Amino acid sequence: MESDRRSLAALRKLPLARLGSVLRRFGIVIAFALLVVILSLLSESFLTVSNLLNIARQVSINAVIAAGMTFVILTGGIDLSVGSVLAVSGAVIAGLLSAGRPLLVGIGAGLAVGAALGLLDGLIVTRGKVQPFIATLGMLTIGRGLTLVYTGGRPITGLPDAFVWLGAGEVSRIPVPVVIMILVFLISYGILTQTVFGRYVYAIGGNEEAARLSGVDVATHKTLVYVISGVLSAVSAVILTARLNSAQPTAGVGFELDAIAAVVLGGTTLAGGEGSIGGTLQGAFIIGVINNGLNLLNVNPFYQQVVKGAVILLAVLLDRRLR
Amino acid sequence: MDATLLEMRGISKSFPGVRALQDVSLEVLAGEVHALVGENGAGKSTLMRILGGIYPRDAGEILLRGSRVEIGSPTQARQLGITIIHQELNQVPALSVAENIFLGREPRRPPGLVNWDQMYARAGRLLAGLGLSIDPRRRVGTLTVAEQQLVEIAKALSADAELVVMDEPTAALTVEETERLFRFIRDLRARGVGIIYITHRLEEIFKIADRVTVLRDGQRVGTYTVAELTMDELIRLMVGRQLTEKFPKEDVPLGSPVLDVRGLTRQGLFRDISFVVHRGEILGIAGLIGSGKAEVAHAIFGAGPLDAGEILLDGQRVIIRSPADAIALGIGLVTEDRKRLGLVLPMSVRANITLPVLRRLRTAFVVRRADETALIRQAIHDLDMAVTSPEQIVRNLSGGTQQKVVVSKWLQTRARVLLMVEPTRGIDVGAKVEIYRLMTALARRGVGIVMVSSEMEEVLGMSDRILVMHEGVITAEFPRAQATQEAIMASAAGRVHRGV
Repeated sequence: MESDRRSLAALRKLPLARLGSVLRRFGIVIAFALLVVILSLLSESFLTVSNLLNIARQVSINAVIAAGMTFVILTGGIDLSVGSVLAVSGAVIAGLLSAGRPLLVGIGAGLAVGAALGLLDGLIVTRGKVQPFIATLGMLTIGRGLTLVYTGGRPITGLPDAFVWLGAGEVSRIPVPVVIMILVFLISYGILTQTVFGRYVYAIGGNEEAARLSGVDVATHKTLVYVISGVLSAVSAVILTARLNSAQPTAGVGFELDAIAAVVLGGTTLAGGEGSIGGTLQGAFIIGVINNGLNLLNVNPFYQQVVKGAVILLAVLLDRRLR
Repeated sequence: MDATLLEMRGISKSFPGVRALQDVSLEVLAGEVHALVGENGAGKSTLMRILGGIYPRDAGEILLRGSRVEIGSPTQARQLGITIIHQELNQVPALSVAENIFLGREPRRPPGLVNWDQMYARAGRLLAGLGLSIDPRRRVGTLTVAEQQLVEIAKALSADAELVVMDEPTAALTVEETERLFRFIRDLRARGVGIIYITHRLEEIFKIADRVTVLRDGQRVGTYTVAELTMDELIRLMVGRQLTEKFPKEDVPLGSPVLDVRGLTRQGLFRDISFVVHRGEILGIAGLIGSGKAEVAHAIFGAGPLDAGEILLDGQRVIIRSPADAIALGIGLVTEDRKRLGLVLPMSVRANITLPVLRRLRTAFVVRRADETALIRQAIHDLDMAVTSPEQIVRNLSGGTQQKVVVSKWLQTRARVLLMVEPTRGIDVGAKVEIYRLMTALARRGVGIVMVSSEMEEVLGMSDRILVMHEGVITAEFPRAQATQEAIMASAAGRVHRGV
């Protein structure tokens, strides 16, 4: 009798349980799909090829930064300096190019600046034993100051067409920034899933002490994730500077928050050790689609921020509830 | 006295891929010490988490003093008079002893401020009642593990619990402290409190418990009166089979000295530690908690600095600055605390086992997946690990299987010296024997093993030679044939006995 009742209860539970596990695995994808459906019902121009490519182009800047942020957060750290590093790199690139230096020299110098600032971040965290939050907060301020010093507070313009192509050009209809973004994510995916370095990143975030006792050189690998974050901020600087056809002294203000939001939306835990680069790409697209949808629907820009923040919180709450 | 306090009826609980509990019942009387035993993964912790309101149950009911209760959260459990003392201590190191004891229910005075005087006074009385001379104003972080454990118990008692669950309360306690705890438990029992006592140290059950419920593979085997059981019967009930030998120790001919340490010193932890381990030898290091024995192992492994001393491997002087150096030289360290030091819990079995040897498994920067998979399959097979796939996350494994993962990790490094600190802590009898068997097999292959352990039985059962440490120095050395429990205890308590 009792066992009958129990098996009946189990039966009734089964489909729900299955739905639960589906939601758990694909929660963020489903939220994303829902968002797309709603927006395409509300706005005719949403689900068009040109608008979708437009979204992808807009997303690329945040997504590339968020890719770097994923590495850092997977080790249990955080990088608040990404927006400032982007600004410094953009200014250096624009400065050199507007002075007539060759394209590769300008871009190379920008990436080197990003790597150097990231290295500094990493060394302060690992050798100086400063909390990542504080170390990169300091770098955020220093980077912004350096940008203002370098630019004198004015935009740098007069960039060559070959450079502008990186922001505005297309490769068989696909915007160049989107191509760059896809490359960045493919390489990041390869590093995180296939290499020893990737394994160490997860191990350090999952249990730093156990990683150290397993012979992992924790300090070096932790430093390297900040270098990666710095370089990808600089890559993003290339896209942004080329798209705006100028380096702005205030470029990248607040970008760290969108990047962190994309990573967290993508299911990576801030404690480190758990998450994926694919999730980050989805997270970045959710934020991009929200931005785009609110614009298409002509929502007052003041309200847009409120809505965006609320949607991000809702998505994360939903995700936590399902886990 | 024999009123039923708690009844758990037909409790079932499943996790994805695991059936943790199946129709388990448990009855605890008021004024009874009820032991709950079973191998790792038998379902003890899950059952207690359901009782404590941490997990929801899938089926079954819980009755307290005859009426049905729903326990939806740890707070509710506490309000119902249920207190659980967890194996892992939940304390805030930066707060004082008194603050920890009264965390979340501090004595107040208007308009809502903490009544510090009352808090310290009450904490002081509580600790004195336990026979503890700990200043309630001391920060918990400055206490020894044993003291922290006792503070945790004091905290549980301050909550006026009707039902107290103790999960391995003596794991970090010395013999004296254990005795004190037992006096205390008897005291509670006399006051009509029901106590659920979980332990792997079966001899304790015969000292303190009235009845024992045995779980195996998520099911209840039965409830027995302790006075009517023998140790062997209890083990058979737990394991479900006869354990032929508890310590499968073999005599292996000793080879050349493989590890030779001389005058190792670390200020405040240990000094002038010298010993030699030969190929094929198992050297036991015994001593109480805080004797510095684990720290010696960590220092040899490069995980803690040395102020003085030298290390020779196969006669060659070596410098070890980091665990990476030690691994490269062929030294492995099975750590004492698998969750904190041994495993990366959110990672897979695969990633954990190959973590120390990834460098060997790569081409350029890329992990050779096929080679790794072959190695993992072999490793899982060799240690007979209860895993469904190499991709299973180690957090979801039972304690015994987790320990096998830790040991397996170090087998992959093909170490010539294996330092094993508390190699069987918190795992069940069956898994222990498997670990011992593995140690024997390693010794036969010529590995030199240093086993640092607080469990007297395994030190006596598995070592070829035994060193005893007390307050950072070696106080005695016994060959296997001359070692007795009494002699080791005396040396561990500080009596010097050297040069046998």
